[in-house]
Amino acid sequence: MDLLSILRIAGRALRRNKMRSALTMLGIIIGVAAVIAMVAVGQGANEQVQEQLASLGTNMLFVIAGSHQAGAVNFGWWAVKTLTHQDEQAILHLVPTVKAAAVQCQSRKQVIYGNNNWATNIVGTEPAFFPIRNWQFALGGPFTDQEVELADNVAVLGNTVVENLFPYTNPLGKTLQIGNLPFKVVGTLQSKGESANEGHDQDDLIVIPYTTMQKKITGQNWVQLIIAEAVSRQASTAAQQQITDLLHVRHRILPGQMNDFAVRNLADIENTAAATGHIMTLLLASIASVSLLVGGIGIMNIMLVSVTERTREIGIRMAVGATEKDVQTQFLLEAVVLSAIGGFTGIVLGIGGSKLISSLAHWKVDISTISILVAVVFSVAIGVFFGYYPAQKAARLDPIEALRYE
Amino acid sequence: MTSAAPLAGSSPLSTADAARPQIEFHGVHKTYDLGEVQVHALRGIDVTISPGEFVAIMGASGSGKSTFMNLLGCLDRPTRGSYFLEGTDVSQLDKIALARIRNRKIGFVFQGFNLLSRTTALENVELPALYAHMKPEDRLKRAHEVLALVGLANREHHFPSQLSGGQQQRVAIARGLMNRPAILLADEPTGNLDSRTSVEIMDIFQRLNAEQGITLVLVTHEPDISRYARRVITFRDGRIRRDEPVAERAIAAEVLPTLPLVDGESEENQD
Ligand SMILES: Nc1ncnc2c1ncn2[C@@H]1O[C@H](COP(=O)(O)OP(=O)(O)OP(=O)(O)O)[C@@H](O)[C@H]1O
Ligand SMILES: [Mg+2]
Repeated sequence: MDLLSILRIAGRALRRNKMRSALTMLGIIIGVAAVIAMVAVGQGANEQVQEQLASLGTNMLFVIAGSHQAGAVNFGWWAVKTLTHQDEQAILHLVPTVKAAAVQCQSRKQVIYGNNNWATNIVGTEPAFFPIRNWQFALGGPFTDQEVELADNVAVLGNTVVENLFPYTNPLGKTLQIGNLPFKVVGTLQSKGESANEGHDQDDLIVIPYTTMQKKITGQNWVQLIIAEAVSRQASTAAQQQITDLLHVRHRILPGQMNDFAVRNLADIENTAAATGHIMTLLLASIASVSLLVGGIGIMNIMLVSVTERTREIGIRMAVGATEKDVQTQFLLEAVVLSAIGGFTGIVLGIGGSKLISSLAHWKVDISTISILVAVVFSVAIGVFFGYYPAQKAARLDPIEALRYE
Repeated sequence: MTSAAPLAGSSPLSTADAARPQIEFHGVHKTYDLGEVQVHALRGIDVTISPGEFVAIMGASGSGKSTFMNLLGCLDRPTRGSYFLEGTDVSQLDKIALARIRNRKIGFVFQGFNLLSRTTALENVELPALYAHMKPEDRLKRAHEVLALVGLANREHHFPSQLSGGQQQRVAIARGLMNRPAILLADEPTGNLDSRTSVEIMDIFQRLNAEQGITLVLVTHEPDISRYARRVITFRDGRIRRDEPVAERAIAAEVLPTLPLVDGESEENQD
């Protein structure tokens, strides 16, 4: 029998029980729509993370004091106090692939202005810090190299600190208290929003000269972090190696000994984030495909009912010359038509659903062509897979028994 | 309903020169194994039927008539013995070959009509041609032809539920004729029909037999109906009890005018 005739017969059989066919398709529709929407959401989230990381500057490198492991004892980050401003100067001047660098040390303090007080992060650094991190100023500007040299009491405020300490006043030029020291506000930063991976407030901080921090607040002469900017993204891996080599020499680390520092490059972090994102997408997709599987079982169930109901029809067809293969093809095609129509409807619904999610939840979604292609192939495959057994059952019927069936 | 169109492509075949048997049964047994008991439906059937014969099968209920017809129609295979159809041993063929024989060589008409519901008369008739891979235009042409042959040219787009029993049986006959079979088998074709309609069906059979030389084998419980055949085979307990020619053959075309028209069965006032 030609394919067109079989398709016509399949179409008629499905139209005969419209409600039942529609309900059966619903399983596939929901499954396919869920897979497409989930993958779109996963991919979208992934892209958002990538974008935020890219906005940090992909040429960035971090030199972190301390190491994960020293022998059997884990000291954690910053447990070793050997990283200094001199290291930063050496990196800046001796590593050719590094074009800018700044130290960073950190502390947490209570800050007061008038009747308002607020606990926040204090970051000690140099003016080069702002362009490397690509942080923009809302008011004023960075403190100067001279102010750093003199360890002046000057501060740049993050947006959250401004909102809490200066709700109604312009903070520029005002003097606030960090701990019990007075600091003059020279600039405020633009809001950066929540960070993508940790969800912590990136605007909740005050930036001051590292010298002021070391001499007047912490009394330490080491730093927790050096951030450096490579001349290009491609150079960042080379820069990572060169910094490591340089610090080996400076810190007199012998071969086989543990480093007392670690160098991270943002490109690596980005790759890790991407890998995590892909795992998340895969997870969402596999949860969604469970519903696709359930939809497939629904098809199998209905096809089995259909074969039983139409036993007599099968008998008639066999009596007039249908072979087992003819009968099998007919039922298999019916299952495939069911799942394919369901699949296409699911795709439309999945795309619509993704758009709805993106407009309601303000999430970035990315509808990928691959997920649509996979959905099409998958839904047809489900039709074949779950239609096979019922079709086989129909084809194996004995013509006489089938004709006698009531 | 005797005003049927002339039979197309008729090539009258005299039974005298049919020397080679068309159907040969040699010691055919059919046993149904029901686990605890074995039902011996046929216990050694030897029979030959030549091309162009018109045979009526009679016998009590359970005597094995339908079982015999199913074997004859290649819907089933004998447990023991052999069945030669036009010289080939059917009992040795596989399922695909049997399906092909059912499709091309044999037409089957059932007591219960066995039409596909919610499928028009025309599409029901086309069904065997679908499995014979006939070209759509040839298929349609042939379907019109056979429907006209059984006098249903004006009922092509009716569904079985919109047709009378006699009309449904004529659709079934048209379907049986679709692929120009050499043999037409009918298991109690008039079992569900009134006497006049039964004679109308016998008229169609007699004309098919006489004008196209189609071999006809029909099962019936009614001695009246068996008189339209040329030969009557009587079954009893799975064996052939009697096999004899019909002494006074009835001709349906002659009998019909003597029968009263049943109300509502006339074609003309329905359109
Ligand atoms: N599928 C089957 N399984 C078991 N036994 C069967 C089967 N088909 C037929 N039989 C048995 O075989 C015997 C012959 O049955 P068959 O149908 O051939 O009789 P029949 O002559 O056609 O009767 P009727 O005139 O009532 O139609 C019966 O005893 C019946 O019970
Ligand atoms: Mg019977």
